[in-house]
Amino acid sequence: MAGKVKRDYSLVGESTRIAIETGLASAEWYHTDVPRKTMKELMQRSDSPAIRDTAIWLAAILGSAAGGVYFWGTWWCVPFFLAYGVLYASASDSRWHECGHGTAFRTRWINDVVYQIASFMLMRNPVTWRWSHARHHTDTIIVGRDAEIAVMRPPDLLRTALAFTGILDFRYSLPALVRQAFGKLTPDEKSYVPEMEQHKAVIAARWHIAIYIATIALAVFVHSWIPLVLVGGPRLYGTWHMVLTGLLQHIGLADNVVDHRLNSRTVYMNPISRFIYWNMNYHVEHHMFPMVPYHALPRLHELIKHDLPEPNPSMWHAYREVWPVLLRQLKYEDYFLKRELPPTARPYRGEFHEVNMSAAAE
Amino acid sequence: MADWVEACAVDDVDEEDVIRFDHGGRSFAIYRSPDDEFFATDGFCTHEKAHLADGLVMDDIIECPKHNGRFNYKTGQAKGAPVCVNLQIYPVKVEAGKVMIQIA
Ligand code: FES
Repeated sequence: MAGKVKRDYSLVGESTRIAIETGLASAEWYHTDVPRKTMKELMQRSDSPAIRDTAIWLAAILGSAAGGVYFWGTWWCVPFFLAYGVLYASASDSRWHECGHGTAFRTRWINDVVYQIASFMLMRNPVTWRWSHARHHTDTIIVGRDAEIAVMRPPDLLRTALAFTGILDFRYSLPALVRQAFGKLTPDEKSYVPEMEQHKAVIAARWHIAIYIATIALAVFVHSWIPLVLVGGPRLYGTWHMVLTGLLQHIGLADNVVDHRLNSRTVYMNPISRFIYWNMNYHVEHHMFPMVPYHALPRLHELIKHDLPEPNPSMWHAYREVWPVLLRQLKYEDYFLKRELPPTARPYRGEFHEVNMSAAAE
Repeated sequence: MADWVEACAVDDVDEEDVIRFDHGGRSFAIYRSPDDEFFATDGFCTHEKAHLADGLVMDDIIECPKHNGRFNYKTGQAKGAPVCVNLQIYPVKVEAGKVMIQIA
C-alpha cells in the first residue's frame, strides 16, 4: 500500500496496479444516511438561482472589462483588471465544475453552454476534463487513479506557491491544448477518456486554439495588448482565488481511503468567496452527494454535519492547520492530518483507513 | 419465454421517482413518470457500478447519483458523457395494483 511503496501519481503505474488489486479503485464509498424523501428535495434542480448568479457574474465580468479598457494606460485600470481576472479565471472554475456535473441549471442546454464557456476561460479541454473529473469522483485522492490530485506527496512547496500566480497552470494548459489539437492524448488521458470520446477532445482543443490564434491576430492587428489581457491572460493574474479556495479541498488530508470525511475538507468562507466558488467550500458534502446542486449544499451541510468532522471555521484556520503538515510531509511523505470523526459517526471500512493511521497527525 | 415478475405495488413508487427491485441475483430500477406511467431498466448505471434508484428522476430522465450521467428511462438511451452505453429496458404492465416487469 501507499505507506510501503513510494507514491507513483501516474495513472498507469505501480500505484495504479496496487489500487486496483487492493480494491481501492472503484470502491464503495461511505455515505451518511439521508432519508430518500429529503435527498430528493435536496437534489431538485432549478434554473433560477444559477440564472441569477450567472447574470451577476457576466455583468460583473463585462463591467470590470469595460472599466479596465476605459482606464487603460492609467493606474485606474488595475483594480478593474484585478476584479476581471478573478471573475474570468477563478469564478469560471466553479461554473465549469457545477455545469460539468449538470447540477447548476435544471435546463440541460444552459448547463452545457456555460460549461463550454467556463472550460474555455480555464484553458481546459471540456472533454478530457469532464472525464478526469468523473475519475476524481470515483477514486478521490486514490494515488495512481485520481487525475486531479493538486498537491502530491512529498509536496513541492515552490510549485504550490507558484500555482497562485497561474504561471504553472498556463504553462501546462496551453501546451496541453496544442498537443491535443494535434491529435495526441497522453497515456494518462487515454486511461480515463473512453476511446469513443477521444476524437471529441481533439476537436474541442482545436476550437480553443483557433480562438486564441484569433485573439493574438486581433492584438497584432490593433497594436494593443488589450485582447490578450482580456482573453487568456487572466489565467496568469486571476487564478489566485481559485487556488486559494480549491487547494483546501483535500490538501494535507489522508490519501487512499474510501471515506470523503477523511480526505476532503469543509471550510466556512465569506460570502464573496462563496459566490466565486459556488459553495464548493462544502466539499465533503459535495463529494458524498454530487447530485445536490451548489445552492442546496448549505442545507445538506446542516443536515449531515453531525456525522462529519468539525469544519474549519475559516480559510485562515485551514491554512494554519495545513502548513505544518506540508512541512512534515517534506521529510516523511506518509504523514497526514487525521480528521476526527464525531463520536456518533459511523466508521467505515477500517481496513483501508488503518493503513496510514500510524502516520497520522493526532 | 420471458417471465412476468411482480416488482412492487403501484403505491411503492412516488410520482416522478424510482425504486430498486432485486430479483434472481439481478438488480432493476422501477420508475413512475410524472404522467403516472411505469417503466423498468437495469438497476445499475452503464458507466460504473452505481444504483440508479439513488438517482434523480426529472421528466423522462434518470440521472445517475455517482457522476450525474443521464439516461432516458423510457428508451434506455444514454444522453452523453460520462454515460456512453444505453441502458437495458424491460416491458412493464400494471395489474391489480401491482407493477409487473418482463425479465428475459
Ligand atoms: S456511474 Fe453512473 S454516471 Fe458514472
